[in-house]
Amino acid sequence: MRKEHLITATQLSRADIEAVLDRAAEIDADPSAWAEKYETAVLALCFFEPSTRTKMSFDTAMKRLGGTTTDMGGVESSSVKKGESLADTMRVVEGYADAIVLRHPSEGAAQLASEFVDVPVINAGDGAGQHPSQTLLDLYTIREHTGLDDLSIGIMGDLKYGRTVHSLANALTNFDVRQHFISPESLRLPRSVRFDLHESGAQLREHTELDSVLPELDVLYVTRIQRERFPDESEYRAVAGEYRIDAKTLEDGKSDLAVMHPLPRVDEIAPDVDTLEQAQYFEQAHNGIPVRMALLDELLGGVPQ
Amino acid sequence: MSDRELRVSKIRNGTVIDHVSGGQALNVLSILGIDGSEGLGVSIVMNVPSAQLGKKDVVKVEDRELSQSEVDVLSLIAPEATINIIRDYEVTKKTRVDQPETVTGILSCPNHNCITNGGEPVETKFSIVPDGVRCAYCGTIIRDSIAEHIDTE
Ligand SMILES: Nc1ncnc2c1ncn2[C@@H]1O[C@H](COP(=O)(O)OP(=O)(O)O)[C@@H](O)[C@H]1O
Ligand SMILES: [Zn+2]
Repeated sequence: MRKEHLITATQLSRADIEAVLDRAAEIDADPSAWAEKYETAVLALCFFEPSTRTKMSFDTAMKRLGGTTTDMGGVESSSVKKGESLADTMRVVEGYADAIVLRHPSEGAAQLASEFVDVPVINAGDGAGQHPSQTLLDLYTIREHTGLDDLSIGIMGDLKYGRTVHSLANALTNFDVRQHFISPESLRLPRSVRFDLHESGAQLREHTELDSVLPELDVLYVTRIQRERFPDESEYRAVAGEYRIDAKTLEDGKSDLAVMHPLPRVDEIAPDVDTLEQAQYFEQAHNGIPVRMALLDELLGGVPQ
Repeated sequence: MSDRELRVSKIRNGTVIDHVSGGQALNVLSILGIDGSEGLGVSIVMNVPSAQLGKKDVVKVEDRELSQSEVDVLSLIAPEATINIIRDYEVTKKTRVDQPETVTGILSCPNHNCITNGGEPVETKFSIVPDGVRCAYCGTIIRDSIAEHIDTE
């Protein structure tokens, strides 16, 4: 890995990914061995957009490595409200921490931040851009459940604005994976993501319906279609209804299918799926801790203790 | 070019940008950041017949020799352009524009949600991709009518 920063999944090679996942597995097997590894480290949590799980999981990951975190707090209470640029905020926060986790509503924010600071920046979501640390835990979950080669994955929902989708699709091109993208026409993958996928020789197909492709999938990655993406309520309801799954839908899938979701879900996965073997999304969320511990270890490695 | 076609008088020193795609002369000036306020003598000829391009524009800038890196960004909108450095009425150097690897501070990103449109202290940066350019921040690709995205501020 370019050790400095984690900005987009396109920067990750197969070796980079495997190094983090292997380390995560080691941590998962014996977390207590890591409890004092980064005792003096401070991780800055800069969330310019609301977040529950990503923020909590970075917070927990840093603490489980023995370190502490410092939280910028909500945008409402911060200097951003007074009109400070992101560049300035980052330059100030750099002095407080050994690494920065950044979530921001604008695409390219993490890239910009990384140009102004010397500590590692982790992109925890930049608008409709990328969310590469989520991808690492997604890959960890897939590897544990199914393995990462000779795999058919269906990625469904809001593929246009879904940053977890963009990062996952990019990263999967490092493996022997057939990618099926299932979405309404209006929420197809953006041109820039398709460009990257073609550049890296991805095996991909796009569909507007799940039915035809479901039987061959090993993994179904569901994402939320947001109301705001549609001009009116009725259009939203008509479209979103097509990309919902329940226990009955899954009868046509493989019995060892893994159903995943970056969470939070609303109603795109019915609660009757939760108790099925296929439901992997809570496991997936839990994997955020060892994977983010491994990522922090990768990026902080060499920090003088 | 014959004298019949030489529609503006000869300049003593400066740069002639020839074989500009027809209609792009003003964008050429805009990319070069020349708007007349510098006091340079500037003449342009637009949409004159060209064997090579059908129609071409010619831009002449007096008393300024443009560097290769300055003119290379012109390849975005005028890939066939030739650059003639004029000294004492004679063409002393003739080069083609080369495609640069990146274009900094010239184009603005069409993605309104891109961080470069958010009042941050950075110049835009685009990399060259096959048949277009790509924002180094948000990844947005511009394929058509690149000239429309020239930052004219
Ligand atoms: N002293 C000058 N003042 C203005 N324009 C000039 C001068 N000398 C040459 N040019 C123009 O520069 C371009 C290149 O000139 P030249 O090398 O003579 O022609 P070509 O490239 O067509 O063989 C032409 O458009 C020509 O009209
Ligand atoms: Zn951009």
